[in-house]
Amino acid sequence: MDKQKAVLELDEVVIRFSGDSGDGMQLTGTLFSDASALFGNGVSTFPDYPSEIRAPQGTIGGVSGFQVHIGSKKVNTPGDYCDVLVAMNPAALRANYKWVKAGGTIIADSDTFTEKGLQRAGYKTDDPVTELKLEDYKVVYAPITSLTKESLKDTDLDNKSIIRSKNMFALGMVYFMFDRPLNFTEHYFEVKFKSKPRVIDANKKVLKDGYNYASNIQAIANTYKVPAATSIPKGKYRNINGNTATAWGFIAAAEKANLPLFCGSYPITPATEILVELAKRKDLGVKTLQAEDEIAGICTSIGAAYAGNFAVTTTSGPGLSLKSEAIGLAVMTELPMVIVNVQRGGPSTGLPTKTEQSDLMQALWGRNGECPLVVIAASTPSNCFDAAFEASKIALEHMTPVVLLTDGFIANGTEPWKIPSMANYPKINVPIVPEGTTNYMTYARNEKLARGWAFPGTKGLEHRVGGLEKDFLKGTVSHDPINHEKMVNVRAAKVAKVAEYLPEQEVFGAQEGELLVVGWGGTYGHLLTAVQEMREEGKDVSLCHISYINPLPRNIVDVFKRYKKIVVCELNMGQLANYLRMEHQQFNYLQFNKYQGLPFTVVELKDKFNQILGGK
Amino acid sequence: MAKYNYTAQDFKSDQEVRWCPGCGDHAVLSAVQKALPEVSEVLDYARERYVFVSGIGCSSRFPYYVNTYGFHGIHGRAAAIATGVKVANPKLSVWQISGDGDSLAIGGNHFIHAVRRNIDINMLLFNNEIYGLTKGQYSPTTKLGSVTKTSPFGTVEHPFRPGELVIGAQGKFFARTIDVEVKLTTEIMVEAAKHDGTSVVEILQNCVIFNDRTHSNITDKEVRDDRVIVLRHGQKMVFGKNNDKGLVLNGLGLKVVTIGQDGYTLDNVLTHDAYEPNPGVHMMLVNMEYPNFPVALGVIRNVKDSTYDDNVRDQVLEVQRHAKITCVDDLLNSGETYDIK
Repeated sequence: MDKQKAVLELDEVVIRFSGDSGDGMQLTGTLFSDASALFGNGVSTFPDYPSEIRAPQGTIGGVSGFQVHIGSKKVNTPGDYCDVLVAMNPAALRANYKWVKAGGTIIADSDTFTEKGLQRAGYKTDDPVTELKLEDYKVVYAPITSLTKESLKDTDLDNKSIIRSKNMFALGMVYFMFDRPLNFTEHYFEVKFKSKPRVIDANKKVLKDGYNYASNIQAIANTYKVPAATSIPKGKYRNINGNTATAWGFIAAAEKANLPLFCGSYPITPATEILVELAKRKDLGVKTLQAEDEIAGICTSIGAAYAGNFAVTTTSGPGLSLKSEAIGLAVMTELPMVIVNVQRGGPSTGLPTKTEQSDLMQALWGRNGECPLVVIAASTPSNCFDAAFEASKIALEHMTPVVLLTDGFIANGTEPWKIPSMANYPKINVPIVPEGTTNYMTYARNEKLARGWAFPGTKGLEHRVGGLEKDFLKGTVSHDPINHEKMVNVRAAKVAKVAEYLPEQEVFGAQEGELLVVGWGGTYGHLLTAVQEMREEGKDVSLCHISYINPLPRNIVDVFKRYKKIVVCELNMGQLANYLRMEHQQFNYLQFNKYQGLPFTVVELKDKFNQILGGK
Repeated sequence: MAKYNYTAQDFKSDQEVRWCPGCGDHAVLSAVQKALPEVSEVLDYARERYVFVSGIGCSSRFPYYVNTYGFHGIHGRAAAIATGVKVANPKLSVWQISGDGDSLAIGGNHFIHAVRRNIDINMLLFNNEIYGLTKGQYSPTTKLGSVTKTSPFGTVEHPFRPGELVIGAQGKFFARTIDVEVKLTTEIMVEAAKHDGTSVVEILQNCVIFNDRTHSNITDKEVRDDRVIVLRHGQKMVFGKNNDKGLVLNGLGLKVVTIGQDGYTLDNVLTHDAYEPNPGVHMMLVNMEYPNFPVALGVIRNVKDSTYDDNVRDQVLEVQRHAKITCVDDLLNSGETYDIK
């Protein structure tokens, strides 16, 4: 036994687990990231899974991946390229080798590299290393499947269950490489399989055997230490993904508004998880209605909003298209509501499991008529909580539908989150019309231009609303031309007025200078990392990451005019850039766009920014 | 002892009723406004507990004319909106108004799912077998072969029978009436309101402009008694000017007989049982069509079952009874957490 391996200390490391979609790679990655977070590292993760639940085994289409970035300080992205790739079969290697850093380590299950396996994955030769030009990489072929079988041969688990445990063998190997304690994961087995002690023991054994195997083989020359982060604020943490954070943000808002929460929704990738999380929360009185379609999702929410609940609906791109007409009804009836769009690659069904920011124009304008509403965007997995809370507060206090844009990347990605206290969140003041109000006018407005919200069941406030144009004050049907113009104007003014209640736009970096990077939504982590790194290199680059898209922050012009150049970076063809051109034409907006269904990489962002700086 | 003493007048809004003169909708509005005072007494509902929700179509203007809460929605979505209203506040008495196009074409999906869920709302389905508001195109209930603006050579599609659809969607309450039968309509409205669950009331309604007399072969006064049968729970299924016709079981189907002829007596005639869960006979009754059968009116099916809104409420209460998480702070701190020191 060789216990003399060198232990190298690293600031950060990126590991990518990949295998067939049935190989349990999401779980493996999650366990690794949880163990690292509990150990005290900065963590950011990103699952990359196929849209087919079970594509043919061993094919590229069925490869599921999970990338984890851990660091000795806060990390803001799951990492561009990985230091270590775990490939459970030839297809996983083929699909992911291009994401491994030059000279990185690849752990592959040699049992799967059979003639048939290679063929299925589309290799032309029987030598993947040469074929993929991996000569300079450290490729560790380990017989993971057979060692797992060997490890569990004395258990009474059936063959299928034994083979399914091979991901834990691989995890054990990675734990050895990165000097992770096993106890967090062992504890997970104890909780997860509480009633099945034999399964607990089997998993523990495989994990440990993988760990020991890695320590015994010469192929793994070094092990690495990523020390716990010291710069991360002290306190109680949890890992959270964007969809859970979104769901919880709504529940928090309902609590602060003292209203029941209602969510009418229809399952759609990658938004479903929000509905799933809300459905669990009967303990907090959350009512979820899984509707017959997207339209019913929002229409039940509109009904609930009319009846006095805080209503939300959740969807992704194609679902937002289906909800368009009903969003118009919510605008017309001036009822509070949040519509979450977890963006994915489009158009049409597009890339359901991949990320994109291509629904911004749809969120802003995708309705008939002059139909303004508030649009805000979340920037990171944990920020989804605050963004959902903020969206809810605006909806309820300003009596308007709000579209909250997140995306597949932050919805599924996770990061550690310092658990906030609800005592630090503001009360939400809802303009409910109290019983006993005399001479109630349905469309009379307060200083925010919000109309009063009268709940059915309240004596004396009986009124009718609907999709037909409303009388400016009484809210009865009006076809009067001048009244219509007045109403179009007031609906726009109400939304514009929200800006007066929003925080000013902040900038990371210098308050004036050469290049301002402008972004929005889920690209925040990558943009921040790129700008941070360039500033450390002495470059004059700053970041303006916009969360409030309509209305824009009231100081946005003051921010833009302090920089010589502006580059708008988005995962689309330039939707925010074009919106900014409409709203503030005086600036020249350079663009950096990507639409591959993938997040930016820090490397490509820095290249672009350097090119702009160099080209002056 | 009357508590509210409402009259029909209390349910009339200040809005001018804009349906065409002679439209069947006027009579239905009148019947509802007559029924609500009685519903209020029977179920102890104050006026502000009523919410009328509609979609788009002539009949969907209905909420504007009833002096209580109302929501005029978008085309086809009334059932979904009404569902949201009821789940949000189960104490409300929710009435959904829509036509054959609104409910059975663009809103067909919401219609069947509301019925399937058995959400406690009352759906008034105004069936004039035509699109009136858009001036005369055929609808999902237009009879095969009918000439309309969009079927100049006659329709080539089979119509829905709303009752069959409701029972097919596991509907628990179905009634049918005719616009001009204000007294029967009023009586049915009260029954629909009393029923817990989705109550569907099909109203055979005349569009005087675009589909005049579409129901006349059964609704004309001279022929009505012989061509319709008013069903009442516990009563014999007899009809006809002279009350001498009856429905009997004949093999697997129904048959019209004349009492006193061919050996049939009143004892052979079926007794209506609206409470029977088995939908067999109810299905046959809703599907009866002229000229082979009288068209069935009245409450045809009225079966108790758990309602969606009750189930939602009960589940929340049940979970809350053993809840460890009782506020958002509890939630945020639940499950796997760790300390950074």
